Amino acid sequence: MSQLLLDKLKARFGERILETSSFRGDEVAVVAPTDWLDVAQFLRDDPACDMSMFIDITVVDYPEREARFDLVLMLYSLHKGHRVRLKTRLADGATVKTVTPLWAAANWFEREVYDMFGVKFEGHPDLRRILMYEEFEGHPLRKDYAADRTQPLVPYRPEAKDKLAPFRADEGMPFGRRDWSPRDDAWKTDDIAHNEEHLAEAIANDPAETR
Amino acid sequence: MGNVKSGQIVLEGSEQGFATTRFDALLNWARKYSLFQYPFVTACCGMEFMSLNGPRFDGLARFGAEAPRFTPRQADLLWVVGTIVQRQAPVLKRVYEQMCDPKYVIAFGTCASCGGFYDNYTTVPGIDKIIPVDVYIPGCPPRPEAVIDGLMLLMDKIASGRRETPAIVKPHNDPVGDRLVTLGKGSPRELEIGPQSRTRDDRPNTPAHAFLPKKAAT
Repeated sequence: MSQLLLDKLKARFGERILETSSFRGDEVAVVAPTDWLDVAQFLRDDPACDMSMFIDITVVDYPEREARFDLVLMLYSLHKGHRVRLKTRLADGATVKTVTPLWAAANWFEREVYDMFGVKFEGHPDLRRILMYEEFEGHPLRKDYAADRTQPLVPYRPEAKDKLAPFRADEGMPFGRRDWSPRDDAWKTDDIAHNEEHLAEAIANDPAETR
Repeated sequence: MGNVKSGQIVLEGSEQGFATTRFDALLNWARKYSLFQYPFVTACCGMEFMSLNGPRFDGLARFGAEAPRFTPRQADLLWVVGTIVQRQAPVLKRVYEQMCDPKYVIAFGTCASCGGFYDNYTTVPGIDKIIPVDVYIPGCPPRPEAVIDGLMLLMDKIASGRRETPAIVKPHNDPVGDRLVTLGKGSPRELEIGPQSRTRDDRPNTPAHAFLPKKAAT
């Protein structure tokens, strides 16, 4: 249905639309970062497109790529009922123009993108962290942010470094913060006896048990 | 002389019209029935906390712990109900520090007890990393019965006056029976796990009060 939209974009911008794809009604257009705001403006203002509603802006991180971030803008037309997804590819440290002047709702979403991935938006009125605290270093949803790295604001109590009695290393929960690495395929096997065996083994090797 | 037996004060000589007891036992007896709570409610466990207070369970008023105080300066029982994120940790610590002694802390739910499944950059892995905890109530969320169990554990601790070891509410026997039904390939199938450990925890199903410090012999 909204293949029409992609055709319209191609007719208007020609080579500046780098790629298009369409999968089960999800239309995607990829543009260069420099064309980001122009294409977004056209999508909002052209009467046939009429993308009146900002849905979301987010990022997908592909750390193996040179331009590692896919910035994804999702739009919806309240009157026409069609959707489109606009993408651009950004290297680490590259910036892109903000779409806040077009859709005021984008303000906090772009702050979230900045907070989680470190993508910066030129001309954003208030580009600060929105979820994490100011003291937080790095951007936690980047693929190279260690999954178990925490940055506590309050130093932990020394007596809580080792878990207090009566907990063991699994913190009283059968699925606790135990190191699952030797058997991280356990969730796939669906073999309960196998998992129980590993659990028993892990409990036997638990330093808290031998204390 | 009065003495302390299993957390209760036995008054002697009441038939003579007077009674004697130890002063600290009397004080602890009074404390355990007049807890003023400060609910620090952050997440979905709060819904269960509300149902605990509802007429079906009436889980706090029956124990003299009904009145909430929304300033920590007037409270002596801090309920930490729900997930505590790293950003909130300074707030929780400050709330705890503002409370007057003697003060007690209950970790309500798995997230407050150990961070639950939030093993990542956002969440404090258990509030005991920040403040000392008297009673842990695991569950996601815990059932009101478990919370009442936890409150009674705390009252036992107050009465005994010994707080070195935190208490934990342990799972009780599952009334369904000895068999755990799991869903999976070839499901439903049953897994025999024995009468004593219906959780995947291998420890015997110890009653919760067994985790309290042993009471002093009279």
